[in-house]
Amino acid sequence: MTDWSGYIGLILQGALVTVELTVMGSALAVVMAFLAGLGRVSRFMAVRALATTYIEFFRGTSIFVQLFWVYFVLPFAGVTLSPLQAGVLALGLNVGAYGAEVVRGAVKAIGREQREACIALNLTRGQAMRYVILPQALPLMLPTFCNNAIELLKGTAVVSLISLTDMTFQAQVVRAQTGSTLIPFATILVLYFLMALAISYAMRWLERRMTRGLDGVRT
Amino acid sequence: MEWDWNFVWQIMPTLLEGLKITILATALGSVVAAVIGLVFAILRMTAPKPVARATSFIVEFIRGTPLLVQLYFIFYVLPDIGIRLPALTAGVIGLGLHYGTYAAEVYRAGIENVPRGQWEAAKATNLTGRQTWIHVILPQAIPPMIPALANYLIAMFKETPLLSAITVLELMNQAKSVANSSYRYIEPMTLVGVFFLIMSLISVVFLRWLEERYSRLEER
Repeated sequence: MTDWSGYIGLILQGALVTVELTVMGSALAVVMAFLAGLGRVSRFMAVRALATTYIEFFRGTSIFVQLFWVYFVLPFAGVTLSPLQAGVLALGLNVGAYGAEVVRGAVKAIGREQREACIALNLTRGQAMRYVILPQALPLMLPTFCNNAIELLKGTAVVSLISLTDMTFQAQVVRAQTGSTLIPFATILVLYFLMALAISYAMRWLERRMTRGLDGVRT
Repeated sequence: MEWDWNFVWQIMPTLLEGLKITILATALGSVVAAVIGLVFAILRMTAPKPVARATSFIVEFIRGTPLLVQLYFIFYVLPDIGIRLPALTAGVIGLGLHYGTYAAEVYRAGIENVPRGQWEAAKATNLTGRQTWIHVILPQAIPPMIPALANYLIAMFKETPLLSAITVLELMNQAKSVANSSYRYIEPMTLVGVFFLIMSLISVVFLRWLEERYSRLEER
């Protein structure tokens, strides 16, 4: 009989790394999503082109390829990253590109009359975005952001392939040491699922908070 | 390290070999996904309540867990209970199952979009359940879904590198083995990225065309 408590501990350590990656990756992704998403609706051609290139590039290749590229090719360009940094960078940039389209879509979805009202009130473009457009666009973005966050969580499994000791990596270690396959893999499947549930509950809570007081304002 | 074109031409045949497997896996995976998705969708909509509930849970579970872990599960756990699958088969089943759950959602939306009157008319003309599905509901439900399904097809294509983790010799794995044996990472990894970028740019154009074609069909 194998002593499972030690192995479960190992997997939980990995779970911590997975959570860490998800949180940091999401933070980077949100920043990139807003930068690129607002960049795409910019009035400057160059900014729009830059944002479009970023989005198409990162949406066009898979997270796996990007991760390997960041981890194995960037060192030759003189940028050496730890596996964790490479993971956060690749995940954040990848999911950020998907998020950018969400931001753009939500900003575009705000009615024309809102923009016209801003012009009539003599708000600058920055003010209009900050006080009028974004507060209304944010609740529209949240459900899709929730899906993106879950995608990011699922993407973190890939970092085990660049030797980062996340949950999937630890499950492989347990498999190698005990020869048992069902228990480690079933455990991490359940853990991943619980994390995904936690994300979707957190997002729903956030959505309720953000739409509070907006009832009847939006049509 | 410098970019070396000679090396690029030298490894190109190996990479193309891998690309073939990648495309094969995507094609087979999408067939499996299309079928499994339909089964899931119909089970969720017509099966007795406990079965429908269980199906919903399974779909949610598969959607909430990483494809990589599911592939490991299929490849490493199933042999313990006597099901030994070749790597490519395991990969295709994994891809198909994972994207099948996404396809199920698309099917469900599509089927729910068929007006109630169609169901009632089918009943009024005394069609059996099977006939209703095959001759009335699905032919109307499927065309509007095609762009969304194609979208997931592209997503699946981009996920195929994960199969390298269960030893399928697809594009990424070929690139990795070339890189490991020659200690040159720049060219193989970049080429894999370029291959995927080109394929997905082409497929975006194709997707736009599909969207245009099938949205026009709606308006008729």
